[in-house]
Amino acid sequence: MTLLTTVFAAIIATVIWYKGAPKSEMKVGALCWMYWGASLMWLVDAIFEYAELGTEYFTPAPVDMLNDFYLGLSVVAHGLIIWLVILLVKDPKGVVKAALFKKK
Amino acid sequence: MACFLVPAAEAIVTTVAAKVIKSKEKEESVKLSLSDGSVQEATKIKFSTKLGWLNKLLWGGSVLLAFEHLWHGEVVPFFPFLTAVKNGETAEMLAEMGSAGIMMAVFVTVVWVGMLAVSSVVEKRALHAPKLTQEGV
Repeated sequence: MTLLTTVFAAIIATVIWYKGAPKSEMKVGALCWMYWGASLMWLVDAIFEYAELGTEYFTPAPVDMLNDFYLGLSVVAHGLIIWLVILLVKDPKGVVKAALFKKK
Repeated sequence: MACFLVPAAEAIVTTVAAKVIKSKEKEESVKLSLSDGSVQEATKIKFSTKLGWLNKLLWGGSVLLAFEHLWHGEVVPFFPFLTAVKNGETAEMLAEMGSAGIMMAVFVTVVWVGMLAVSSVVEKRALHAPKLTQEGV
């Protein structure tokens, strides 16, 4: 479920990036790389788990599924926070700079 | 347990490599003649930029996986930081790093190599497209 949540987040981020490309004013690319990187790593994790559990891997207990989904959402939120920090630090639109050096 | 440490270690190496390559790299530009007669100059994507893709995949993935390990209590914010080390399960942890961790790093790198191959094909197609003719490198 964590893998699935991250893959969906990666797909949505990629679509948003593609719509805004080639400009990268919102730095959505950073979000894409982050989610795709995590998705690939969790895919390997899933393969290892499948090798251990077999088809049982696809029928998790509802409680485990809910817990994994909760983790997935937290991971997505964590990624969004990192992206927000990158966006505000790099400030491609100069909004933060303009706000900080605003003349009264 | 600590599988994310392997791609994180690779990320450190590739980040340093990208910085070194970037400092030595020269810009490669091509002039393209468009069908309407105008000439456009385009720059080829540098290898350091392409290596940057791998860095971002590795760093991004490692950071989010580190969060997952923190969630499961496998990583703690105090010494020795890894629960497996604290509980005397270092051998199991190293075995997991050697299997899942290495596979994660290898898989991400393989995907990146695939991206390099695709980008190379796209670049070649753009240069040989009927509308465009390469004038010089």
